[in-house]
Amino acid sequence: MTTDTLLILLYIFVLAGFVGFELISKVPPTLHTPLLSATNAIAGITIVGALLASGTLGWSISKLLGIAALFLATLNVVSGYVVTDRMLRMFKRKK
Amino acid sequence: MDIPLLIHLAYLIAAILFIVGIKLLGRPSTARRGNTLSAAAMFIAIVATLLNQQVLSYTEIAVTVLVASTIGIYAARKVAMTAMPEMIALLNGFGGLASALVSTSEYWRMTQEGDFEAIHSAVGISMALSIVIGAVTFSGSMVAFGKLRGLVSGKSVTFRGQQVLNALLLCVAIACSVMLVVHPETHTWVLSLLGVALVLGILAVIPIGGADMPVVIALLNSYTGIAAAATGFVLNNHMLIITGALVGAAGLILTQIMCKAMNRSLISVVLGGFGQTTSSAEAEANDIVVKEIGTEESAMLFDSVSSVIIVPGYGMAVAQAQHAVRELAELLEERGVSVRFAIHPVAGRMPGHMNVLLAEANIPYDKLVEMERINDEFASTDIALVIGANDVVNPAAKTNPNSPIFGMPVLHVENAQTVIVCKRGMSAGYAGIENELFGYPNCLMLFGDAKATITEVVNELADHHQR
Repeated sequence: MTTDTLLILLYIFVLAGFVGFELISKVPPTLHTPLLSATNAIAGITIVGALLASGTLGWSISKLLGIAALFLATLNVVSGYVVTDRMLRMFKRKK
Repeated sequence: MDIPLLIHLAYLIAAILFIVGIKLLGRPSTARRGNTLSAAAMFIAIVATLLNQQVLSYTEIAVTVLVASTIGIYAARKVAMTAMPEMIALLNGFGGLASALVSTSEYWRMTQEGDFEAIHSAVGISMALSIVIGAVTFSGSMVAFGKLRGLVSGKSVTFRGQQVLNALLLCVAIACSVMLVVHPETHTWVLSLLGVALVLGILAVIPIGGADMPVVIALLNSYTGIAAAATGFVLNNHMLIITGALVGAAGLILTQIMCKAMNRSLISVVLGGFGQTTSSAEAEANDIVVKEIGTEESAMLFDSVSSVIIVPGYGMAVAQAQHAVRELAELLEERGVSVRFAIHPVAGRMPGHMNVLLAEANIPYDKLVEMERINDEFASTDIALVIGANDVVNPAAKTNPNSPIFGMPVLHVENAQTVIVCKRGMSAGYAGIENELFGYPNCLMLFGDAKATITEVVNELADHHQR
């Protein structure tokens, strides 16, 4: 990786971190649990890496590790979104 | 348009949708849409990745995704709302380990192809970071899961030289990382790094007491995000970095909120040692003389009030008393009594857990009032009904500097005209501390199973009215 690429990636990382701070700091306590489980599902974005690692032709240690990662990341993503939706569906305002 | 450009654009759209989704998650009325939007973003990211030239064989992917999705959907539908903290801890651990495995896989691919040059750079450093953070998150989350489930002691487990050992392990992990970058051809380093990180995760969470688990879950959530971002550096994938950073920041903010709610500094949570009954508190407990009250008397008290604040705790959810409590609230409201719920920030086992448990029982969320906004109103309230809560209403946090929870913000229930505490017995709370509130002159103890007792109060109250 060249220094230029690394710098760009670092810029992206830092700026996205600030966006995250801004987005979350005003969330009411009512939503903390769903928010935690939703961001937990979002962290499963590593599934993208797992797909790349498990999609190679032929069998190798690298591919097996990728498939293990894909299994865990899929569980994380799918379960996370479904359970968050289940919680949020219950939140109702007074009739 | 060529495919790589298309993939990048799709990733950009996904990143935008993630940001908008998280924003919508911040308001109860739009939260569900926000979650759906971020799921759509995830879907777009996955489809775009499948178009990548590196992905050539789809069968294994399809089978893995299918099996994992089936298990995932089943588990998510079945899990009880009271078990939500365990569920999140478990999923957190999976996410962390997935990131570590992706980096390990990438390491193996590069070394097999003889691409050592790539690892001698920031890529190698990112790999080491992603492996360490991911593995620590995994084993730490598993310990947190065990503690919440009661498989591992919920108490703080500390031993002599623990912090020295942790520091030592951290140094070993750093040394392994350096060796990994310098000598990628030797697989020993990457394997040692994984092993050391797993042990470090266990040792880091084991000293943390059960009462501090909300903070730990939020912190581990932040770690998964950072691990994903580190994986993004390995793969030179902008969207992974953006998304990982978003989650990392979100988890940090939630951690901060939790610490503030419990008046604990992050450092002292991480070092552990919270949650043992102090000997002085135990001595005082013997002096507490409580006044008992029955369900019939309670119903009579409720019959003549105009305002009630209900303070629910995790004990209420364990007893499955939410529905009985809702009936009580509805019955009182029908008679023109003002009923509100006071929610302590750490009520339940994780941030916002109580809100979810009450929502499950169909209690509208606008009835739930945050601690800071309701604390001044106890003084003008007839009855404060405490159900299955203990530490969050312990006045010792304000009056007794020797108490381990001294300084933690609590609900001022003792200011109400009458306090009724519905509780199974005189046992200490989750933090293991005695509660002097129970001996106060205006405090009445309603002993028994929360569900049975509250149901009885509801029936008595309904009878009273008919007569």
